[in-house]
Amino acid sequence: MNDLTKLLDKNGLVFAFLIVSAIMYTSYFIGKKLTNNKIPGAAIAISIGLLIAYFGGEKGVASIPAFSGMAILGGSMLRDFSIVSTALGASFTEIKKTGLVGLLCLVLGTLIAFVVGGVIAYFMGYQDAKSITTIGAGACTFIVGPVTGAAVGASSAVIAISIAIGVIKSIFVTIATPFLAKRLGIDNPQSAMIFGGLVGSTSGVSAGLAATNTKLVPYGALTATFHTAMGCLLCPSILYYIVHNFLP
Amino acid sequence: MKIYGVGILAACFLIGHITGDYLGKIFHLTGNLGGVGIAMLLLVIGNDYFKKNNLMPSETENGILFWSTMYIPVVVAMSATQNVRAALSGGWLAFLVGIIATIACYLLVPVLSKLSKNIEKSKL
Repeated sequence: MNDLTKLLDKNGLVFAFLIVSAIMYTSYFIGKKLTNNKIPGAAIAISIGLLIAYFGGEKGVASIPAFSGMAILGGSMLRDFSIVSTALGASFTEIKKTGLVGLLCLVLGTLIAFVVGGVIAYFMGYQDAKSITTIGAGACTFIVGPVTGAAVGASSAVIAISIAIGVIKSIFVTIATPFLAKRLGIDNPQSAMIFGGLVGSTSGVSAGLAATNTKLVPYGALTATFHTAMGCLLCPSILYYIVHNFLP
Repeated sequence: MKIYGVGILAACFLIGHITGDYLGKIFHLTGNLGGVGIAMLLLVIGNDYFKKNNLMPSETENGILFWSTMYIPVVVAMSATQNVRAALSGGWLAFLVGIIATIACYLLVPVLSKLSKNIEKSKL
């Protein structure tokens, strides 16, 4: 048994590929068969990730020697690298079609989520600039939270909370969108782009719009991707700077 | 070749991070100010430019696309390596923030839709 642990520890990254692919397969299976695509597989997979982290220690599941490779695959370098690559799905020529309103909803979407998240965090006892910024960023998407947390140097516990916020948002958006779409007037490409830009959460927006009207998915997903980029740009920089100066 | 795409991605990533670090030093803050966001913007601008000038063969693009399909798995691995036990005390916080912040954004959708329609009308 000891030999096996050693082997897995030594080939940690490869073992991590195996574990994560098993989690992904299970999650997408659950999402498809048990929830009838109502909850995105991505959100289930991340929830399972958080769940198994509970059985580990300070470094989550990576605290267990055989699973040390998970820390490489989920470390900041590969994470930021793969997140940057998602920007390929965003095109300026397309977003220009929404014009000034497109830019406005990206900035407003980030600001509102950040302020609401930050204020609630403050009143629930997280009163240092790093934690408030990270939790506010988590209210944008489950990507913006950890990217911001790592950039400003927040604790792993706060980063975990920010991921959980983003996951809850993604699930909420998926379930609520089909019910609210009509009332909010999301029935044309223009309003789908505004919706994606304001709400962010690419996985939630895509799944929610898919359940509403599949034709609207690419429009919402496009601006939602920009929302993530905008969040990664504003939260760890200008917004952190402002929070830092208000609450030293 | 796919590696060209990976190379472009790596260049955007590093330029973004270096700029973010530099900004952090200028503003006397520890950490990286918006490095990932800057890198994403660079990739979007670069991609638009390369596509317009036919400099992005699909094979090169595939090198970048591979990594963008890896992002959810990477985020899963990241979630699995957080200090979740310590975060549980903030469970309610996650729930409240997730729901309230989302509702706030939802409420703005009709407002901005109307605004964009008005702008279009005034153009005509």
